[in-house]
Amino acid sequence: MTKTPLQFRHNGREVALFVDGGTNLLVVLREMLGDVTPKFGCGQGGCGACTVLIDGEAHLSCLTLAETVEGRAVETLDGIKTGPNLHPLQQAFAEGFAAQCGYCTPGMLMAAKALLDRIPQPSREQVVEAISGNICRCTGYEPIINAVLAAAASRRASA
Amino acid sequence: MTRHRGRGMAAINYPIGMNLGGDPSQALVHSNPSGKFTVALSSIDLGQGMKSVTRQICAETLGVPVEDVYVDTADSDTGPHCMGSFASRGTHRVGNAVMAAAKEARGVMMEAAAEELEVNAADLETDGRGNIHVKGAPHRAISVKDVAIAAQFRQGKTISGRGIFLVPLSDVDPETGEMSPATCYAHACLVAEVEVDDETGEVGVIRMDSAYELGRALNPRLVEQQLVGGAWMGMSHALYETTEPYYPDPRQGPRDFVEYLMPGPGDICPHDIAVLERPAPDGPFGGKGPGEMCANPVLPALANAIFNAVGVRIDELPITPEKVLRAIRAQGGARPQTRR
Repeated sequence: MTKTPLQFRHNGREVALFVDGGTNLLVVLREMLGDVTPKFGCGQGGCGACTVLIDGEAHLSCLTLAETVEGRAVETLDGIKTGPNLHPLQQAFAEGFAAQCGYCTPGMLMAAKALLDRIPQPSREQVVEAISGNICRCTGYEPIINAVLAAAASRRASA
Repeated sequence: MTRHRGRGMAAINYPIGMNLGGDPSQALVHSNPSGKFTVALSSIDLGQGMKSVTRQICAETLGVPVEDVYVDTADSDTGPHCMGSFASRGTHRVGNAVMAAAKEARGVMMEAAAEELEVNAADLETDGRGNIHVKGAPHRAISVKDVAIAAQFRQGKTISGRGIFLVPLSDVDPETGEMSPATCYAHACLVAEVEVDDETGEVGVIRMDSAYELGRALNPRLVEQQLVGGAWMGMSHALYETTEPYYPDPRQGPRDFVEYLMPGPGDICPHDIAVLERPAPDGPFGGKGPGEMCANPVLPALANAIFNAVGVRIDELPITPEKVLRAIRAQGGARPQTRR
């Protein structure tokens, strides 16, 4: 099969590779770049575990054709901490017990990051809306919603 | 169209673990020459916190800091046997096995320390910060690390322990039919408030108030997390989840996450939880287990609340809008109950 050259920014780093036509972004990230932070849940856009940011906007990487990210910036959970310091959202998730099995957590964090980057001080309803495409089996959502609000509050306090 | 409010309650009595074959779990504890301890289990932590809780239990029993204990789980090739993670049994069964193993390891550790300090082991105590000293004479001390090194390189001792927890098998009494299927029970009571739409049959959960009695809460934050998440799952089982919600043919049933319904973050409600601690006599440090039982009271409480709101008694789960609506129509309209 003819391969297509593909170049994009992956967590701030320029990457270039060849992909088969029809390859989705999740496969490129996990299998070709070795970034396994986006999870494969359902493979059909129903669970949100594969959520990544493309030019700052939350996307389901399992439904995104890799070729469509040519020249764009893709951000995954692997890139959100600064050196050894966790991102305020990761910190808030850990402190708020917002993960149990952890499978939904990368997608939740990326969906939440897209929200906070756009709306630094969201309402509870906005948080609910932002994570409504992400399924969690363990937490009952309440700790996740609270953690996102706590991360927003900590940013306000440190700003 | 009217939305009817209703309130229902349920109380449950939940056996911790099961009685099949005694429901045993094993644990092995050993020290490394660094004075750190490893707990080997084949029990699985699915995220509910068994690693954290068994780590606490081991550290507390050994008398060492919790950061000096590492728990290695889920390898049934190399780990000692475990029946599994189910039936709210992790804290109770595995915790008891870890406690027994840590007790045996502590015995060896104290003997090794006694040999180094040239005293009787019975006169020694741990300070919980990584040292062992003579009772009443804290200056006559040795670090756990030095004890581990001495045991390994001088005394030729393994600071280790084996543990198993087995519930005596209970048979049915042929005369009375009596048996004792479990040694310890957790309890819960939950009040749920719902709003039922008599035009669509939809049930919205407005709020829940609950009290859970689960022995000593060995890790209160983990307990809280389990109770919050478990109640959500109870709501999900009561009102949403089924593999065959579509009438009339199972072939129209859900095949994936898009079609398999669960309540999302917009469907949850305020839930006020009280945790009552009544230590279990045979639990590790009194712990029972909040694992599975936390989902259970939600289902009957919601069914009762729906009856209270519109007078229909749905006895098949999940209580979907279709079932509610058919039942309301069959009785000729909503019949809100008077007792609230």
